[in-house]
Amino acid sequence: MSTILEVRDLKKTYHSGDRHLTVLHDVNFALQAGDTCSIVGPSGSGKTTLLGLCAGLDRASSGSVILNGIKLDDKSEDERAYVRNQYVGFIFQNFQLIPTLTALENVMVPLELRGERNARRQALDLLERVGLAERHEHYPTQLSGGEQQRISLARAFSNKPRILFADEPTGNLDEETGEKVERLLFDLNREAGTTLVLVTHDLELAQRTQRIIRIKGGTLVSDTSVPQEV
Amino acid sequence: MNNETNHSKPQKQPLRLKWLLQLAWRDTRRSRGKLVLFLSSIVLGIAALVAINSFRYSLQQAIDEKAKTLIGADLVIGTNREPDSAAVALVDSVRALGRRSDENRLLSMVYFTSSNGTRLVQVRALEGDFPYFGTIETVPEDASRTFRQGRRALVDHNLMLQYEAMPGDSIKVGDATFEIAGALHKIPGQSALTATVAPAVYIPRQYLDETGLMQRGSRISYYFYYDLPETVQPDTLANKLEPRMEEYGLFYDTVQTRKEGMGRAYDELAGFLALVGFVALLLGCVGVASAVHVYMRDKLSTIGVLRCLGMSGKQAFLIYLFQVMGMGLLGGLAGAVLGSVVQLVLPQLFKTFLPVDVDAAFSFAAALQGVLLGVLVSVMFALLPLLTIRQVSPLITLRASIEHLTNQRDPWRWGVYGMILLFILLFSWWQMGTWWQAASFTGAVVAAFLLLAVLAKALSWVVRRFFPSDWGYVWRQGLANLYRPNNQTLLLMVSIGLGTALIGTLYLVQRTLLSEVAISRSENQPNLVLFDIQNAQRDTVIQMTKERGLPILQLDPIVTMRLERVNQITGADARRDSTLDIRPWLFTREYRVTYRDNITDAEQTLEGTWNGNYTGEGLVPISLEERYAERVKAGIGDTLEFNVQGAPVTTRVAHIREVDWNRVQSNFLIVFPRGILEEAPQFHVLMTRSQNEQQAAQFQRSIVERFPNVSTIGLDLILQTLDEVVSQISFVIQFMALFSIFTGLLVLVGSVNVSKFQRIQESVLLRTLGASKKQIFSITALEYLLLGILAAATGLLIAIGAAWALAVFSFEIAFVPVLWPLLVIFAIVALLTVAVGLINSRGILVRPPLEVLRSEV
Repeated sequence: MSTILEVRDLKKTYHSGDRHLTVLHDVNFALQAGDTCSIVGPSGSGKTTLLGLCAGLDRASSGSVILNGIKLDDKSEDERAYVRNQYVGFIFQNFQLIPTLTALENVMVPLELRGERNARRQALDLLERVGLAERHEHYPTQLSGGEQQRISLARAFSNKPRILFADEPTGNLDEETGEKVERLLFDLNREAGTTLVLVTHDLELAQRTQRIIRIKGGTLVSDTSVPQEV
Repeated sequence: MNNETNHSKPQKQPLRLKWLLQLAWRDTRRSRGKLVLFLSSIVLGIAALVAINSFRYSLQQAIDEKAKTLIGADLVIGTNREPDSAAVALVDSVRALGRRSDENRLLSMVYFTSSNGTRLVQVRALEGDFPYFGTIETVPEDASRTFRQGRRALVDHNLMLQYEAMPGDSIKVGDATFEIAGALHKIPGQSALTATVAPAVYIPRQYLDETGLMQRGSRISYYFYYDLPETVQPDTLANKLEPRMEEYGLFYDTVQTRKEGMGRAYDELAGFLALVGFVALLLGCVGVASAVHVYMRDKLSTIGVLRCLGMSGKQAFLIYLFQVMGMGLLGGLAGAVLGSVVQLVLPQLFKTFLPVDVDAAFSFAAALQGVLLGVLVSVMFALLPLLTIRQVSPLITLRASIEHLTNQRDPWRWGVYGMILLFILLFSWWQMGTWWQAASFTGAVVAAFLLLAVLAKALSWVVRRFFPSDWGYVWRQGLANLYRPNNQTLLLMVSIGLGTALIGTLYLVQRTLLSEVAISRSENQPNLVLFDIQNAQRDTVIQMTKERGLPILQLDPIVTMRLERVNQITGADARRDSTLDIRPWLFTREYRVTYRDNITDAEQTLEGTWNGNYTGEGLVPISLEERYAERVKAGIGDTLEFNVQGAPVTTRVAHIREVDWNRVQSNFLIVFPRGILEEAPQFHVLMTRSQNEQQAAQFQRSIVERFPNVSTIGLDLILQTLDEVVSQISFVIQFMALFSIFTGLLVLVGSVNVSKFQRIQESVLLRTLGASKKQIFSITALEYLLLGILAAATGLLIAIGAAWALAVFSFEIAFVPVLWPLLVIFAIVALLTVAVGLINSRGILVRPPLEVLRSEV
């Protein structure tokens, strides 16, 4: 198995006037293709910052992130955008669907960005897979939270990502809906063989991944494997 | 581990323009209402420009089509003095090429026998078949031919109405009586305005001598109209003759020169009006820029998601650029349609000033310019907020609180500012034609923008710095709205302030021009002028004036003369050597000079001294008006040689005066001392003041009956005409300014509406926490009242500055500030701002908080 994500001596400091705030200190870890991993920690521990850096949404102050063999640190924002479109999928706590696009069009965006010819067909298939094919013409505001997150899942898998980053994917959903979305996320992930990086407060959800990385005060405090049910 | 590490070459997304266009369209779905509001702010500006430019083209086309009828002949040669033998030989030599009509023009009194009324008119004594192109329009139609066949006259139709004269009645011109053949409606090339200032009366030229008006000193013009065969090119001929014509004091006009001169004159007026329309467009552009700014703030999360999914900054930028271009295209199209409709009424508005009938026609060129302009200005002014898209971080998807736009100074912003400045400069140059005018206009616009922007910033700062924390809740909340995030202080200050400045400037300029007329009308100023009084008539006229109980306010002898030399420079030298910088016509024109030993109230000594008495020793000392002295390049001690009706007189410049030309009295370029011109042929001008119209009419009638050659002019009539002219021009300008006023209103409604969406959550939160309707109402009213007051006050200050500059530098008259009308404008603008603000916010006030939250947020 090859390394899909490698994080070396990662450090992130924010500057505000004369003040400096370091939110991540020398974080190191690596993920193999197909791994599932949770990043957990209290609020303000640096989980989301770490996810943003790993996904190429931001630049580290020092250290490096190598994603699918591509060192992101020396890439421009547009080059990192290209990397994201080719290899990365995202799921957000607040769904982040584009309100002016229909469910189908939201799912089609990553495909159309890649210039794929049968984007509509592929997107419809994915909507079918998440059980929302009949609502493909609906706008996000016409869908419930659970439905919006399922559209978001379909969009995340539409570009067949090598790695999927999920930021509190069930944080805005009730328990029952959250459970359904979780199941769908793991099913889709298993079918696609995608690496999954999950940021969550929910330890039960974290237990469903193979590894749990704990962050506290910006420092990686533990990296443990979770025994999986057979 | 994958070997791609560090070796992968950077890759970027291809642009995929077609898909970006699709996405741009899809993205407008929920914002089309807002976009329509944004684009409406440019519609009126575009409409104003399309209307004016369409009218410009229609006028140009009418002038081109009817060019020959503008002068009624192929070539016109004229002179303002009696042609000497050389000039006669020249005009006769041209007659050999084709047909010629001769006309003499002079100002004289006419007497309407039917109504017993007298009036100063322009007498045109015509001989020949003029006009060769077009017609003299009369009622009855054949009167333009029949009046030439006997002792008959054509009289301006307005005069006929005013003096209740009918064809067949008699009119007395000088000593001769004519039968009115018909009413004169239109003369080739004359606008209704010129007819108002000096209404025309045509008589056959063979009876001119009988009128007795051809006296020494009478100001008579001579015109020669030629109908040339097709083999003769009038312009080539005129160019060939030009040096000799200049030498003999002749001037000429061809179809081409008239077309150019007329086109230029009306183009300048249209250019000025186009600039008034352009201000409306700029105002709209401010609206577009601010609307796009707010629109982009709403779109930040969408852009963040797209960036997260792999879209490049350039692609995201293009999506919104396409939207703005589409918005500009629609705005331009709507403006072009509206402008094309508005231009249909412009010929009616301009009717009084136009020498030709203009048929309003759709101008494809003007409409296309409007559409392109719509796209161009929308893009240019939207570029500032659009540029920030390139810097939106995808991190916004993870953290809504993050600073998504970098604070780095984007060098492209300066490029955009430069482009906008260049555009304003080039556009105003295109409309006005001169760089200094374009630069002044651009400078004024930039200064107004900067002043308003700086004041808006200062207001926010002052309120924050000296925040009255012990004031009541409503006051604190209303004041805090001026500087809190998403405040609209800058936008409203600039849009309301600019609109007020424009309206205020136009109003003040109009008032200043009209007050010039009013000052002239004030008491103790002369209102009756008698001129062409011959030496022998002088004492009798003075006696008649006194008998009527009228004061002699001024009595000046006038001697006509020509300038022969300035030091050693002659007219021929000035023609030959342009580096002398003395206009040759200064040597060919006729000067009307007076002699006296004093200087008047309207004059002020600048250099030298004025003794005013010549004892016969040395050169004759004279006094020159300062600008005339500059023109002839003469200073104290220089010599000027005059030809006083055949007798050479050499003079020395002893005195230079400043003259207030706006005073109602006879002013002179050149004043001689007593003791030299007393015996020269001369006539006199007398100024008096009548108490009322009846007294003036009786006095005029008695003078005309006794001395038909003496002309009397009622200044009240001239001032009334001026008043009408200024009012008509003001009306046209105000019509164009309406576009700015409505644009200002639209921008106001738009910006208040935009901010409504920003404020709604705060207001709903306040209501949820228990704030009463009245409190929300008061907070909103207070915020808009403060903004309205400051913006209106600043706008009016700018207006006062601009009107002062225009009055002093452009019109060269004293600026007359007015207080009450400005206070009224101030109150209207401030209240309107509050009204629009409250009307737009009424949704928050009257509906329950939950309903508002559900529907709007």
